Amino acid sequence: MDELKKILEDLRPDIDFDTAENLVDGNVFDSFDIITLVAKISEEMGVEINVDDILPENFNSLKAIAQLVDKYRK
Amino acid sequence: MIRNVLDYLDIDAAKAPDRIALEDEYGCMTYSEVRNSARIIGTFVARKVSVTDRPVAVIIDRNARSIVSFFGIVYSGNFYVPIDASMPAERVALILETLSPVMIIDARKTDNVFEGAVSFDELITEDVLKSSGDELAQASLIDEKLLSCINSRMIDQAPLYSIFTSGSTGVPKGVLISHRGVLDLVQAFEEAFSFDEETVFCNQAPFDFDVSVKDIYNSLYCCGRIVIAPRKLFMSPKLLVSFLAEKKIDTLIWAVSALRIISDFKALDNAENIPALKRVMFSGEVMPAKSLNYWKKMIPSAKYVNLYGPTEITCNCTYYVIDRDFADDEKIPVGKPFVNSRVELRDESLKVITDKNVTGEICVSGKCLALGYWNNKEKTDEAFVTDPCNPEYPVKMYRTGDLGFYDEDGNIVFASRRDHQIKHMGHRIELGEIETALNSISFLTISVCVYEESKEKIICFYQADTECKKEIVAELSKKLPKYMWPNEYVRYDVLPLNKNGKIDRKLLRSEWEQNNG
Repeated sequence: MDELKKILEDLRPDIDFDTAENLVDGNVFDSFDIITLVAKISEEMGVEINVDDILPENFNSLKAIAQLVDKYRK
Repeated sequence: MIRNVLDYLDIDAAKAPDRIALEDEYGCMTYSEVRNSARIIGTFVARKVSVTDRPVAVIIDRNARSIVSFFGIVYSGNFYVPIDASMPAERVALILETLSPVMIIDARKTDNVFEGAVSFDELITEDVLKSSGDELAQASLIDEKLLSCINSRMIDQAPLYSIFTSGSTGVPKGVLISHRGVLDLVQAFEEAFSFDEETVFCNQAPFDFDVSVKDIYNSLYCCGRIVIAPRKLFMSPKLLVSFLAEKKIDTLIWAVSALRIISDFKALDNAENIPALKRVMFSGEVMPAKSLNYWKKMIPSAKYVNLYGPTEITCNCTYYVIDRDFADDEKIPVGKPFVNSRVELRDESLKVITDKNVTGEICVSGKCLALGYWNNKEKTDEAFVTDPCNPEYPVKMYRTGDLGFYDEDGNIVFASRRDHQIKHMGHRIELGEIETALNSISFLTISVCVYEESKEKIICFYQADTECKKEIVAELSKKLPKYMWPNEYVRYDVLPLNKNGKIDRKLLRSEWEQNNG
């Protein structure tokens, strides 16, 4: 979770990821953020997220993104 | 004689009143509903301001009402200026200050109406949508006499819209486009790509980007349909593909970055994913051949077109229909001019270059040229020059600042820029505008930005006593839209100078490249 949080904070220093929800549904993220984030998760955490999982509900909060990454690690 | 883009709306609404013209996430509007609503807005604006050829700002959203508001303003004899209120307040204020609009219409579905604006909901109620044109005229909501009087005095050189684009000094510039520019554009597109009333355009570009102008007016010209894709879909490639299939989209006129959301994530399995798709047209930045090759492989039956041109020449002045295979590292040409646009390469003294493989500046003349930058004579004179090689009579020419060369087939190929303007994720950005914002931050001594094209990153080099990325972003978020925020921040105790005493961008770039592979 810490590693992921660091990636997110580096990507969007303007957001407090401890409290932020609705990152996609609330139009906080844009497509560039999602593209960069998926690339960073692959580069830095070695997790390749499948395109079928790139859905709003999986990216709405730090917790949701962490759960998605965990799914691949199991 | 057609002098006004809305002559096409009048023709469409008479011919096919019940055909769906616009569709957004809230529902559909027929041609007749669009026209009636726009004429109500036109009547309202004309009665209120009783001037013509003045700017009316529209607070936009990704919805049909934004387009209806544009048309309404045009019926009033004025021109529209789309404004995205989600931009930082300082930038919105800067634009409104430059513009001095005679009215602001808020087209968003919101309870929080923009300060000083008239809400679309006040003007167009549910009852109004159900009424016929005659009923609306009787209720005095549409003043046919007033609108036709305005129309009769209209000339095709009158301004139609202004779109604000990044300015190197920190103040955005309002590019002012005429009716004639757009009338020529849609005719040239029709000749080249044969749209018809069955054409379904999927609108991707926000209305404050001129890529969207092509959806709006090509559709109006061919009496087709525009489906406005919700913004959220561009964050879910598979859902986006399903949407295109479900809405039976056959034409995409999109920014390269939007098409790449589908290709980079490999969201297509085969042509049946988007069965109706016939045309994929792209612009805004260089399309990597690799991404194009993916699209072509997955949907081979579609026609692929590279479109080129800055906002100042009414969207596009050249095009290239992809007619062969390209190697992954090959450059896709921007092609040859559209009918009635003159596009030439010029050397430093502005003499015409005709030789192949010689780089020159892409210069454009013709009726497609913008009227200038609104209320900015200095920048207008800089970019819109009188052709010095034609001394006998004045010919206005726009210097794009883009450098290109002719390939073996006589197609223009984009090479680079002659200044600090960049294209980043489909956005045209002056690095100077970012630097102006950075240098207004009190705790930074000085900063510069460079663009690392291969990594698609804006890198900010700043001079400060301590690391302060988070604080910089907090300040920038008050001044610049997010797409202008640098992606990397590198602190220096002292930024290096070159022998001319300027900050050494070349050295900074090479140091960054060394440290970041």
